[in-house]
Amino acid sequence: MKKSINGSTLKKFITLALTFAIVQVLVSTNIINDYIFSTLATICINIILATSLNLITGFTGQFSLGHAGFMSIGAYTCAIITLRNPTMLGFVIGALAGAMLAAFIGFFVGLPTLRLKGDYLAIATLGMSEIIRILFINLDSVTNGAAGLSGIPQFINWGWLFVFTAGTIILLNNFIKSSYGRACISLREDEIAAESMGINSTKYKVIAFVTGAFFAGIAGAVYSSYYYFLEPNLFNFQKSIDILVIVVLGGLGSLSGSVIAAILLALISTYLQSFPELRMVIYAILLIVIMLFRPQGIMGSKELSLTVFKKWTRGLRDKKNGGVA
Amino acid sequence: MPILTVNKLTKAFGGLMAVSNVNIQLKHGELVGLIGPNGAGKTTVFNLLTGIYQPTSGTITLHQNNEDIAIQGLKPYNVCKRGIARTFQNIRLFKDLTVMDNVRIAMNKNTNYNLLQAFAHTKAYSTEEKEILDESIELLKILKLEHKKDELAKNLPYGEQRHLEIVRALATKPSILLLDEPAAGMNPAETAQLTETIYWIKDNFNLTILLIEHDMSLVMKICERIYVLDYGMVIAEGIPSEIKSNKRVIEAYLGEDTENA
Ligand SMILES: Nc1ncnc2c1ncn2[C@@H]1O[C@H](COP(=O)(O)OP(=O)(O)OP(=O)(O)O)[C@@H](O)[C@H]1O
Ligand SMILES: [Mg+2]
Repeated sequence: MKKSINGSTLKKFITLALTFAIVQVLVSTNIINDYIFSTLATICINIILATSLNLITGFTGQFSLGHAGFMSIGAYTCAIITLRNPTMLGFVIGALAGAMLAAFIGFFVGLPTLRLKGDYLAIATLGMSEIIRILFINLDSVTNGAAGLSGIPQFINWGWLFVFTAGTIILLNNFIKSSYGRACISLREDEIAAESMGINSTKYKVIAFVTGAFFAGIAGAVYSSYYYFLEPNLFNFQKSIDILVIVVLGGLGSLSGSVIAAILLALISTYLQSFPELRMVIYAILLIVIMLFRPQGIMGSKELSLTVFKKWTRGLRDKKNGGVA
Repeated sequence: MPILTVNKLTKAFGGLMAVSNVNIQLKHGELVGLIGPNGAGKTTVFNLLTGIYQPTSGTITLHQNNEDIAIQGLKPYNVCKRGIARTFQNIRLFKDLTVMDNVRIAMNKNTNYNLLQAFAHTKAYSTEEKEILDESIELLKILKLEHKKDELAKNLPYGEQRHLEIVRALATKPSILLLDEPAAGMNPAETAQLTETIYWIKDNFNLTILLIEHDMSLVMKICERIYVLDYGMVIAEGIPSEIKSNKRVIEAYLGEDTENA
């Protein structure tokens, strides 16, 4: 037992280290040039956004439309702090402060609305992110209003991207594979049965929501430090929907699904940049087609693992032999 | 020694009195039956006891450690934390989760590691998770479900789903267990097996059990005392032999299938 745990941890560690090292080499040798790197940054930011929203919507079953709002809090907080203190330490403090502020606001929006039955959270989070956006437009002295903040010191390199993205996935995965995560999932499955088995539904919904908000704040911080420019309208309703699309496409309740969908959509939209006039049309049609053929999303609620892979190949083999009953 | 006292419990749905002035008392270690024709209000009593419905009036008092605790109107998870667990007549498993996870979720309230330890998968986390795993397998063994631990609950045959409901309720470490028609849909052999199991868990888990059941042979065989509900009211209370010969009970069951009553 003990040995197999260590074995799988070791495997994960090696996979992570290899991923980091290979990309690092490609970046250093400029095979991953600035253009490709910007796609890579988009992918990483979207992975953090989608996995954290998946915790709220996919795993806990709470419909939130305010992820862009939490992201903007992280982005602005980190930007404002690094502009005043343009050091690595300033950036790290800014990122953590942004994430914590997002979590804090998530708590105050979540606590009253998550107690109510029904989809009040969707409405409340929608309202919240609009209020935040309008605040950012009007708080000229701090946020420079609609013109936005520019010249934000850029600290994001592959190392930081990797730390934040892998860190988010690992922490969220750990959470889901704990008593806390199981409680969240049980609420999605059957709230009355879960409550009858001793699960305090409000408590676990709030924990999931605040955790999701925290990581959305991290994503915002990474965004601001990579793109070194922010304006309030980057974080509009459309942005929240974009994140939700990744989650639904990858599969509600699958972290690896969110990762795969974030990569896939970034690649597709990078590719489609060569057809600017058709871009949005093709993108929309692709989404419709994927959802028609896999309404449960790419991964459903399963995780990518060796066993799933084995089942797939076995399923394919069975189909070939006509052995499906 | 009483463990639970229900006093003048009433629940109205609009004009319908689903439960009306019901008094029930359970003594520690008793196995009590709650019977009555369809729509008599039995499940509604369970829903009131477990906090799923708020009573229109009346009290529910738990007697624990020489203390009287009013539990009417508490949220279901708080009722569960006080030691009352239940099964559902219309099976409510977490059907897309594994058998094992169904049980582990019910152990949540007795889990001690904190949120940060969960995020970091610390030693405290792994030690306790191992205990949870071992304990859930022990519980599954009671109803011979351990070899199905990795199957999705929805893929179990009907009878085993009912069994899993019982295991899940036990996993919350209750002192009072409410069983809502645990033998529904089972054949006589399965029912006989279930009877043995109910005795066994009652003794081994030191439980007080309140049982709703339509199978009269089961009820008359295992219940020490029986309450009979009709139109939301308790129309009789007593030991099985008294209930069998009670005129009002026979009348209430007329028009229903009375053969085995
Ligand atoms: N949520 C509700 N809203 C309205 N009426 C309800 C509700 N729940 C139960 N009732 C009604 O209350 C009455 C009692 O229902 P209940 O389910 O408690 O009966 P029961 O004794 O468990 O019956 P059965 O043996 O069929 O399970 C029925 O007339 C039912 O229609
Ligand atoms: Mg019923």
